Amino acid sequence: MMNANGRPTRAEESSRSANDDVSTFTGNAALDIEEPLIFEIGRTEATGVDLPEPAAVAPRLGKHARRAPLSLPGLTEPETMRHYVRLSRQNYAIDLGVYPLGSCTMKHNPRLNEKMARLPGFADVHPLQPAQTSEGAVALMAELSHWLMELTGMAAVALSPKAGAHGELCGMMAIKAALSARGETRSKVLVPESAHGTNPATAALLGYKVEAIPAREDGTVDVEAVKARLDSDVAAIMLTNPNTCGLFERDVAEIAEAVHAVGAYFYGDGANFNAIMGKVRPGDLGIDAMHINLHKTFSTPHGGGGPGAGPVVLSERLAPFAPLPYLRLEDGKPVLVEHASDTEDGAKPFGRMCAFHGQMGMYVRALSYMMSHGADGLRQAAEDAVLSANYLKARLGDVMTVAYPERPAMHEVLFKDDFLDETGVTTLDFAKAMIDEGFHPMTMYFPLVVHGAMLVEPTESESRANLDLFVATLRDLAMAASRGDTGRFKAAPRHAPRRRLDETGAARHPVLRWTKPEPRPIEPVEAAE
Amino acid sequence: MRYLPLTDADRADMLAAIGVGAIDDLFVDIPADKRVDGTLDLPSHRSELAVEAALKRLAAKNVPADTVPFFVGAGAYKHHVPSTVDHLIQRSEFLTSYTPYQPEVSQGTLQVLFEFQTQVAELTGMEVANASMYDGSTAAAEAVLMANRVTKRRKAIVAGGVHPHYRDVIKTVVGMADDELVCMEPDPAGTEYIAAEIDEDTACIVVQSPSFFGHLLDLKPLAEAAHAKGALLVAVFTEVVALAAIEPPGAQGADIVVGEGQSLGNPLTFGGPYVGLFATRQKFLRQMPGRLCGETVDADGKRGYVLTLSTREQHIRRDKATSNICTNSGLCALAFSIHATLLGGTGLMRLAAVNHAQTVKLVERLESVRGVEVLTDTFFNEITLRVDRNAAALVDDLAEHGVLAGVPVSRLLPGTEFDDLLILAVTECVSDDDIKALCTALSEAL
Amino acid sequence: MVKRFTQDHEWLDIDGHVATVGITNYAQIQLGDVVFVELPEVGKTLAKGDEAAVVESVKAASEVYAPVSGEVIEVNTALPDAPDMVNKEPEEGGWFVKIRFEDEAEVANLMDETGYQTFLDTL
Repeated sequence: MMNANGRPTRAEESSRSANDDVSTFTGNAALDIEEPLIFEIGRTEATGVDLPEPAAVAPRLGKHARRAPLSLPGLTEPETMRHYVRLSRQNYAIDLGVYPLGSCTMKHNPRLNEKMARLPGFADVHPLQPAQTSEGAVALMAELSHWLMELTGMAAVALSPKAGAHGELCGMMAIKAALSARGETRSKVLVPESAHGTNPATAALLGYKVEAIPAREDGTVDVEAVKARLDSDVAAIMLTNPNTCGLFERDVAEIAEAVHAVGAYFYGDGANFNAIMGKVRPGDLGIDAMHINLHKTFSTPHGGGGPGAGPVVLSERLAPFAPLPYLRLEDGKPVLVEHASDTEDGAKPFGRMCAFHGQMGMYVRALSYMMSHGADGLRQAAEDAVLSANYLKARLGDVMTVAYPERPAMHEVLFKDDFLDETGVTTLDFAKAMIDEGFHPMTMYFPLVVHGAMLVEPTESESRANLDLFVATLRDLAMAASRGDTGRFKAAPRHAPRRRLDETGAARHPVLRWTKPEPRPIEPVEAAE
Repeated sequence: MRYLPLTDADRADMLAAIGVGAIDDLFVDIPADKRVDGTLDLPSHRSELAVEAALKRLAAKNVPADTVPFFVGAGAYKHHVPSTVDHLIQRSEFLTSYTPYQPEVSQGTLQVLFEFQTQVAELTGMEVANASMYDGSTAAAEAVLMANRVTKRRKAIVAGGVHPHYRDVIKTVVGMADDELVCMEPDPAGTEYIAAEIDEDTACIVVQSPSFFGHLLDLKPLAEAAHAKGALLVAVFTEVVALAAIEPPGAQGADIVVGEGQSLGNPLTFGGPYVGLFATRQKFLRQMPGRLCGETVDADGKRGYVLTLSTREQHIRRDKATSNICTNSGLCALAFSIHATLLGGTGLMRLAAVNHAQTVKLVERLESVRGVEVLTDTFFNEITLRVDRNAAALVDDLAEHGVLAGVPVSRLLPGTEFDDLLILAVTECVSDDDIKALCTALSEAL
Repeated sequence: MVKRFTQDHEWLDIDGHVATVGITNYAQIQLGDVVFVELPEVGKTLAKGDEAAVVESVKAASEVYAPVSGEVIEVNTALPDAPDMVNKEPEEGGWFVKIRFEDEAEVANLMDETGYQTFLDTL
């Protein structure tokens, strides 16, 4: 059936399906263009940067001058543009569609943030230029600190950690320093089984023995199990709240009390703070230290894997141990304290997390987001995130298996793979089929406490129409699985830039860099008898 | 609320679909007496126009490097970044994607990482590089922990030419891990007498070239001295452009090479985000921290890339991981890689030559400035001066006159011992006029 | 030669005071494609329960614990280059280490083939 303009109106009249078997000369498929490596298309001498002839001077490199030329491929500007634009088109992105990665919080990244971070007054300022020429930068850090402390109800903030795991390390170091200042060395850290892998890794890095706490039937931490493990050898508990099952730990205050009663500290993993901002303050729950992922809660872009930023808020008890540099008010003006020798009475910074002052570019973006939303908007964002997750839970609960149906979800909802039992379809297959439908899969196989976990976090950034299409798609997939339509899953993804990749081969024979191909051996001439 | 697509009607509908009456019914697990009642001491939402105005007011209080003769370095460098770089890293598909855990829809990021790893390996003269770390200083601390794992020893020695912040970060991490660390006295003369300190318990020595003070070091004898005792040489750099001008650490026997990649593709941004580079020998691969991207094929036999060897990492090994690191510096690594591609090998060597030539020019001009002694004999683009007065006060004076004249050593090594030392960096952004302005200002202030 | 099994899914071929140790077919199925094996040094002394080796698949890493106390007298040098042997021949060519042990009591309580099968049925 053709419409008046002569375009096909029905799917089967388009030549798409017939085309699947036809290969093109180039291997490309219209807008899907294969792109070689820079090492295969670049030339050492090609360049996209016009540089002046270096002045003729007597070099002062001494005997250290480079002997061999640098063998790196170059491209001119138009070639560079095309290479990276083509590569970019092989990525999924929040700007393209729903990206419901549980515990990763893929929310909209406002472009105002990007514009503000690029103001020369922020982007073109050196961390060690004289203080009187960078007062605005320090003032911005002070303003961000105020927002973070007010939102969390905590006494101090260490801004410099460069990512969530780095923030964890910072918070746990503050705890270790505080114990050591009391003349104590404790050896154990309690971590629930559902925790992010960074929690035990951080505790182990600091020499602590990790003790796992089992979860209750309803997915939350058993306060009695915590109490049974608490003694004077426990340095801290590391607890994510809302936890990685998407549930609020409702006994958190009682846990905090028990932890404090044995002289231990309460580390809060703030990865999921986006669910509760403006609703409850971690400081009011008895938390002593908590990192905040600016790239999750406060919309700084994930950038394909960083950079992140993980400021740590600290309670009154831990505030003196905050690392260098930290902010101090002098005559009402914030200044950076960069050395232990400059600290006032009482401050005992445990050390330094990184060179300079942390992720300024992320501070600007996060503050831009906070100011745009305001206290009211942040609270609304948390409510919308929680509302959206519970909406998915309600609309999908009859066809997928909600792991913990009895408690309200917070910002994310956890499914387990019971609904796929006997179908021959695995969580992985299900996720890959979502790719063909134009969605990014949810977080898979995490947390480890349920079988075949699927952790879905819609965030506050999805419209009702997007949520409904997502629901309809997942319902369709779940029903396809239950009626045995495995073909749709096992071969998925079919429409992505690549089919499933051989991860076993990649790990057995790691190829981690390009190397020049060996020249093909010359065919030996057959020797005459 | 321009970032929130749900309408009040949507919200009411959705609550009904869930089967609750009010939004707070979904927050019932939060103890009632702990909930925020009333409002926080924070302003309400604001328009884009209003936020922009407020942030511009703060930005206006800072002096951008571009607007003055600028000689500030010491670990972060003002280079010119081609406009193509910033355009490309703002492509939605790069900017707003997550870590490439679903390789079928992340080939763009993964191929970039594979190219990046190869570029870093080539620049450092090493066999393998990872997909980047937070920054140079944290990469250095990770290198020390890795050397301890490789050698099964627990003592590191940090040379006196290592950037003081890097030294402090190593000290913090190593100290907290209850391992041993020896820090040599700061070494403005560039003698680097570390070899004698190496003993049978030493896991590694950490040496920086060009050093914090700008000296170029011969790493080869240091590598030999370390290897003779079964220790590793960790080579550090803060100015990656130098590697296009000097013998790469890999060619001098370094076992682990770490450094800061900010100079390529990344603006100063008051200290971060930057990009840590980390490279090592193939034989130590399993002990290397951080993400790695590897080549493989897909189900149709097409070449593709995946994150690999992740059993080293925290999300699988948990308390037995090589590091607690969970992220790289993806977008900064992309910027680095694009800038390196735009330059090419020849272009990067030329950029290095321009940096060096401008620095030599400055050194030659300084010979005629009274009260200034240049302490660095061989250097790349950074030098240390001894001046006839307090260097911090001098820098403040010159800032008054619109010249940002470098970093007084006392900013990083407080106390009186080094208060007459000043570190200057010279890049392609420094013009002949800037050099003249600096020398004139110095002559007047000294 | 007698064959014994542990609850950690390791098998032992016991020949006098030498035990050849590997992981069971059940264990390799649970792990999936093995991509890497780390073996101890020959001559190392292990106490029962010590980490003897590490076996990794793409998504998981497991320790192999010494089922008996003793000295490592030989390791399967073919494994690091051919880790897929663990999948293909888990209870033959895919062995990990040979340990010379002293205390016969340590092997007395291990399961035999039937006992291990019964144990698997309870999982």
